[in-house]
Amino acid sequence: MNDFLAERVAAQATSSFTEHLAAARPELLPSNRVLPTDASHLAPHGTTVVAMSFAGGVLMAGDRRATMGSMIASRHIEKVFPADQYSVLGIAGTAGLAVDIVRLFQVELEHYEKIEGTLLSLEGKATRLGAMIRSNLGLALQGLAVVPLFAGFDLEQSMGRLFSYDVTGGRYEELEHHSVGSGSVFARGALKKLWRPGLSEAEAVRVGVEALFDAADDDSATGGPDPVRQLWPVVYTVTRTGHRRAPEHELARVAGDIFEQRSIAGREA
Amino acid sequence: MTQQFYVSPEQIMKDRADFARKGIARGRSVAVLSCRDGIALVAENPSPSLHKIGEIYDKIAFAAVGKYNEFESLRQAGVRYADVRGYSYDRVDVTGRGLASVYAQSLGAVFTAEQKPFEVELTVAEVGHDVGSDHLFRLTFDGSIADERRFVVMGGAAERVAEAVIDGWSAEASFAEAIQLAAKALREDRTETQLSLEVAVLDRNSETERGARRAFRRIGPDELHELLTGPI
Repeated sequence: MNDFLAERVAAQATSSFTEHLAAARPELLPSNRVLPTDASHLAPHGTTVVAMSFAGGVLMAGDRRATMGSMIASRHIEKVFPADQYSVLGIAGTAGLAVDIVRLFQVELEHYEKIEGTLLSLEGKATRLGAMIRSNLGLALQGLAVVPLFAGFDLEQSMGRLFSYDVTGGRYEELEHHSVGSGSVFARGALKKLWRPGLSEAEAVRVGVEALFDAADDDSATGGPDPVRQLWPVVYTVTRTGHRRAPEHELARVAGDIFEQRSIAGREA
Repeated sequence: MTQQFYVSPEQIMKDRADFARKGIARGRSVAVLSCRDGIALVAENPSPSLHKIGEIYDKIAFAAVGKYNEFESLRQAGVRYADVRGYSYDRVDVTGRGLASVYAQSLGAVFTAEQKPFEVELTVAEVGHDVGSDHLFRLTFDGSIADERRFVVMGGAAERVAEAVIDGWSAEASFAEAIQLAAKALREDRTETQLSLEVAVLDRNSETERGARRAFRRIGPDELHELLTGPI
């Protein structure tokens, strides 16, 4: 009897919100859904997210478009979210699942912090996110893949770090910069030319917006800055003091500068 | 064959209650005060890591006296309850009243059904827009629940400490004033002048001042020293 009780207490002593949900309320997990074999056409897809390091931190930026086939499903969607005070994540892939995984990951980190009384290490957070993506593998094979990009400030090493993932939950640390989503090829090309070591925070914001601009130029599923609706990419930076969302007016100015420069240059490609 | 003696239900309940009260009376006190800046939670606690005060959710905190293992398991259960609720509905749907009622049910069930009652007393504090909309729920070992106003004091010398708090309490107090008042009241009961205090606050204006949804903040030793010695 006592052994049984002790086992039960030990089994309940988890700091992981996901494990608790899997035991207590499995139907709430994003991965526990039954869907037809090819479900890729059912839900909107979010597209391009770029991330890069700069002097004193990391930056992540995402465009605002979600598509369903050749249609634009949303012009306002946000794909970059704060995970906790010192990390952000951006998600490309099936929008509905992505948003749920983000929410679960946010609660996961906060839950650990409240139960244990300390923050999870950046490595620990990155591993946890990998496990969540892996649990989604079944849905990924049905066409509902979610591919995140994770960036945060490592308080122990005192530097910003980037992690990319594949659909099987494989976790890879990226140096300098990285991008995911349908426009990532073009964004990556732009980043290769625009990024340099030791960018300031303001310069990094500009590089992020410009890389998305280039992605939107060549990829129909990526939305560019929209001066008509006053829609700009979502840009987060993470430094030693925590995460910060770049305000609208700053992004409007940066996007305006890029429009102006490119109009003056008047180049076709 | 031996037969069990008959013990009346009244006697059983009285014995259990006496047992729990004795356990709680050995503990050092905790004071939770509502004030202008929010809710201040002050505990006398010699350990810097075994907390008596904890965060449950955005606007909700937890304070306890009694046996550490018992209230810690209740705190963790509270965090799980709140996080599941907030994840499956919305963050605003997690309320102090809901949590307090879950605690009352579990404490009540343990009191009547288990071998021994929990030797704990809890406060669930929820910060609102002003002092009038703050909620302080006090829960005792048998599952009784009381909706308190202004402040709650729990622990061995609760009555003496409460008397000291009641004279100085004001709805217009800042955190510094409230924490100083609580520290002074907790000293009433002790002979030593230097108490080790564990202090946390639920910040009423966390969104506007810190940009944080989570109102709970621990006051570290340096900040606490400044608050206690600085001018009001």
